[in-house]
Amino acid sequence: MDENGKKSLAMVVMSGDFDKLTGAFIIANGAAAMGMDVTMFFTFWGLRALKKNVRTGKTFFGKMIGLMYGGGIEKSHPSKFAFGGMGRWMFNKMMKSHGVQTLPEMRDLAVQLGVGLYACQMSMDVMEIPQEAFIDEVKDPVGVGFFLLKAQNADIQLFI
Amino acid sequence: MSDDVKIDLELDLKGLLCPLPMVKVSQNINNVEVGGIIRAVATDPGAMADIPAWAQSTGNEVVSAGKEGSEFVFLVKRLK
Repeated sequence: MDENGKKSLAMVVMSGDFDKLTGAFIIANGAAAMGMDVTMFFTFWGLRALKKNVRTGKTFFGKMIGLMYGGGIEKSHPSKFAFGGMGRWMFNKMMKSHGVQTLPEMRDLAVQLGVGLYACQMSMDVMEIPQEAFIDEVKDPVGVGFFLLKAQNADIQLFI
Repeated sequence: MSDDVKIDLELDLKGLLCPLPMVKVSQNINNVEVGGIIRAVATDPGAMADIPAWAQSTGNEVVSAGKEGSEFVFLVKRLK
């Protein structure tokens, strides 16, 4: 239970893969619809799920990550069948034909349902991704202590 | 079945897949008064499990849930 007496879900999103992000947002949106307080803590590869389609990086390596792993949530590849972009195209087509939302739509819905989107400050520093690279609804950066407190009080904890 | 129940809101959830049927019911539950009834029609078989689970979690009531042809029809009552 959280401080308001509501059930809550605390989730680490480590992955930036299309399939894992899809699962993460479906669970988060379902939980929010069921009246739960939802915290999503994005770290490492997961940070891309919060990004707008902008270039990042200050140093050579940071710029390289920005170049090789740039773009926003719409650029994520499936963990299998990536095929240099073909896999994403195929899954998007299949999901659309079955009436499943796209990842950007799922993220919009999460915002609408009041899901808390948090980025890991340390990953942001390492990967040289500033807060301005994120969509506006992302909360101020936090650390693992913040997440652990949320997880400690949560009814469900997930790592994706 | 639904003839003798007063429907306060009709929801068309046809074509929507998980988790959207549940999300739409949740987004619309406050559009009826406490005690009011939503009639929701979905085509996703998963909704048969999800909408009752949603009701249990949020403290609302599924008055009835049944298959009518290829559709799943729910009567959901707002309890609080």
